[in-house]
Amino acid sequence: MVEGADRLVTRGVSVRVRRAGAGASVLFLHGARGWPAWLPFFERLSQRYALTVPEHPCFGGSDDPPWLRDVADLAMYYLDVLDQNFSAPVHVIGHSLGGWTATEAAVRNSSRLASLTLLAPAGIRIKGIPPGDNFIWSPEEAVRATFHDQDLAEARLKEIPASEADLDIDLQNKLAGVKFGWAPRWFNPNLAKWLHRITVPTQIIWGRDDSLLPSAYAKLWSEHVPGAKISIIEACGHSPHIEHADRVADEVLDFLAGGRA
Amino acid sequence: MKFVCFHLMPYRPLDLEAAKNYRSAWVVLPNSFYDPEKGAAEYDSYLDQLTYAEELGFDAIGVNEHHQTAYGLMPAPNLIASALIQRTQKVQIAVLGRALPLVSNPINIAEEFAMLDVLSKGRLIAGFVRGIGAEYHSTGVNPAFSHERFHEAHDLIVKAWTTPGPFEFEGDHFRLRYVNLWPRPYQKPHPPVWIPSMGSRETVVWASAPERKYPFMVTFSPESAVVRYHNMYREAAQAHGYTASGGQLGWATPIYVAESDERARDEAKAGIESLFNNFLAMPWEMLLPPGYTSNASMKATMKLRPALGAWPRRQTIDELIASGTIVVGSPATVREKIERIREQTGFDILIALLQFGVLPDHLARRNMEMFAGEVMPKLR
Repeated sequence: MVEGADRLVTRGVSVRVRRAGAGASVLFLHGARGWPAWLPFFERLSQRYALTVPEHPCFGGSDDPPWLRDVADLAMYYLDVLDQNFSAPVHVIGHSLGGWTATEAAVRNSSRLASLTLLAPAGIRIKGIPPGDNFIWSPEEAVRATFHDQDLAEARLKEIPASEADLDIDLQNKLAGVKFGWAPRWFNPNLAKWLHRITVPTQIIWGRDDSLLPSAYAKLWSEHVPGAKISIIEACGHSPHIEHADRVADEVLDFLAGGRA
Repeated sequence: MKFVCFHLMPYRPLDLEAAKNYRSAWVVLPNSFYDPEKGAAEYDSYLDQLTYAEELGFDAIGVNEHHQTAYGLMPAPNLIASALIQRTQKVQIAVLGRALPLVSNPINIAEEFAMLDVLSKGRLIAGFVRGIGAEYHSTGVNPAFSHERFHEAHDLIVKAWTTPGPFEFEGDHFRLRYVNLWPRPYQKPHPPVWIPSMGSRETVVWASAPERKYPFMVTFSPESAVVRYHNMYREAAQAHGYTASGGQLGWATPIYVAESDERARDEAKAGIESLFNNFLAMPWEMLLPPGYTSNASMKATMKLRPALGAWPRRQTIDELIASGTIVVGSPATVREKIERIREQTGFDILIALLQFGVLPDHLARRNMEMFAGEVMPKLR
């Protein structure tokens, strides 16, 4: 486990980053709630891989470059990151907004990716099955909607009130989430038609009870991404890698090791 | 002092108890609560009140724009302004205002304001606002780009009013090959532009810039915040190198006048408390979606504006009187409270909300008469 946070600088954009482990490179792209703490899921991955967990530009304590205005820009930024910071193709894992971003990057250019793992990815939607409206939820509703297991939500809600600095980070995260996800709401109407351009092994993991991005979307992904492996996790909300860390780590490690469908 | 009789046109027949089952009277309150026949009667009453304001000697009558809410029934305020133009002769018509970032083509606003200005032979006051946070939920426009869209739409509208067309407009949000306004506005160089705002430093600094000097209206704020925002404007003007006039400073507030303080309080209570607790109340997530103001402004607003976003905490009329968010009392009391702020800021535009919440017609009209007869003359 890593304690301190480092910086990753790419073409003048400096972001916070955590790194741990050795081996082939894995890049984890976080969701719209912000840069996660060091999770048990990361601990598992870093036992076998060199894991890099950057904070996206525009979020928290990373740079907020004015030219970075939408997910397409964020995806191009990550293609720069892959080019400039990694010598070999990288296993990319993205959660929610991070999954959308990884997909936008992959349809543009998959050559720097070794594989793609999407955890409850945003980015596409099915008409008639709207996502939950996280922007209207209260902070408590948002936490409750993240988890299927409400005991986990209760525990999260009881955490000590944040410091002033944490509140500033939280405000900046919310602003970034709005910038990327408000309209069209958590998707790009043009993305689904290009998913065939993903030419690396792809795995999609979704919580059955996701109340933000319905797991019904997984079907559309499976229809469009060539050979995608789909796993639906029962009794699981929007963050499968948190709510069922070991199960998801097992799936991901197995997939990365080549045991893919 | 210049006096504007301002109206929100709330939907008074709302079942207030049943509406409490929803997050807010904005965005998510089902429109099955709205009865078009009762709504028609509301328009009649409110148009009559605003028309009466001209007779009572107000300088201007004002309306505004809100969407998908029982708080105000004017998603298209220019329609009401057009009706008012036909019913009045001399009074100015203030649309306070149109929400610029919410439209996909701001030329529509430039055109409609130009039409109203010509129809009224130069009686229009053109308010520019960004819409409140809830309207970014109801329109889907991204609040992260609210300021950019506001400034760009403003530049486009003013240029369309003042620059011979056709010309091309090349913005980041709005791109138009042909801008060529027919009709052009009646007033020269264009209708006065007023900026009502919940108060943000960015807006104050922008409105006060020497090339604009737009009057800035603080809306629904405790006395301390009104003074703070007026003085922020004055300081911004000084920083721009000039001294702001009182005519650049406005205050929009609910006012109720009766023979005594006690009677005023009792008569205003239901209307005021329904305005703040039922019609206006909404959670912060709706009022201030991220990006709507800078993070710093958002934090400041949350501290300065307990009356807004206080949901679900209820505010009593006594608390609102004590904080100076509303002005309620005898003619002498009301005059003194307005004078007290004028002494501190020198503001010279008073936007009086004389019907509010469920306040019935007969009390609203008597309030207008008392205010026009007992308060206005002594403050002029």
